[in-house]
Amino acid sequence: MQASVIVFPGSNCDRDVAVCIEAAMGKAPLMAWHGDSDLPKSDLIVLPGGFSYGDYLRCGSMAANSPIMREVVAQAEKGAAVLGICNGFQVLTECGLLPGVLMQNKGLNFVCRNTRLTVTNNKTAFTAQYEAGEEITVPVAHNEGNYFADDDTLKHLQDKDCIAFTYAEGDNPNGACLDIAGICDPSGRIVGMMPHPERRAEAALGGEDGKRMFSGIVEALP
Amino acid sequence: MKATIHITLKNGVLDPQGKAIENALGQLGFGGVDEVRQGKLIEVNLAESDPEKAEAALTDMCEKLLANTVIENYQIHLDGEA
Repeated sequence: MQASVIVFPGSNCDRDVAVCIEAAMGKAPLMAWHGDSDLPKSDLIVLPGGFSYGDYLRCGSMAANSPIMREVVAQAEKGAAVLGICNGFQVLTECGLLPGVLMQNKGLNFVCRNTRLTVTNNKTAFTAQYEAGEEITVPVAHNEGNYFADDDTLKHLQDKDCIAFTYAEGDNPNGACLDIAGICDPSGRIVGMMPHPERRAEAALGGEDGKRMFSGIVEALP
Repeated sequence: MKATIHITLKNGVLDPQGKAIENALGQLGFGGVDEVRQGKLIEVNLAESDPEKAEAALTDMCEKLLANTVIENYQIHLDGEA
């Protein structure tokens, strides 16, 4: 199994994610730079959190048009599993692999705290080790995490079971439509989420609720 | 040829910054200010001199990068236009 972490100028969660992947699969992932136009065939591609290209223009918009992303989209279309965390989720919406957009938080503040999440769909490639409806605690740290899509898109997400995580009742930190914290494509192989599972993946970090995202995908892949 | 592109949020899309500006204007005593919306202004200088081709190129730029059409509208103004 080959895993790759994409590193953009301004990514700052790339090494945390790499540690989680290595712990789960026993081998360090490849770190791929944004300017590369080749990406070795990967079964798992992670777009990490951070502030790619300084969040210029719109969060994720410049990264979505970087050379490496053409490869990421091509491999995603051929079946690679893709996880976008925080800024990575913004990149996934900007490049069109997932629908909708992450807007500025409703309260206009950067929010950095633990959130309670409900695992809405445990049939994605990343969430099989959670119970359906299980409540977990994972931190968020973002200024633009307010998931927005038009009504038709939201209905499509609900109908196709494409909402992977929601903020638990009363714990929506950003005003996201339908309390959405993370979504997936209809196949469940492409997942984007604002909370940071890599920041709560070992006991020393305060909890292990995020760890099963990584062990789950390693178990799901060949 | 110079061009400016106005990018604004679509109607119905929440604009918390616009709301904050509106509240601040109210606190400064400016009455009767309603529905403040914040957008972006982008200026570009194009080598292209044919207005039609320039507009087509700018439209392509807006669709691919400058605007996110899920939430934003864009208006292109070529220099010399009213």
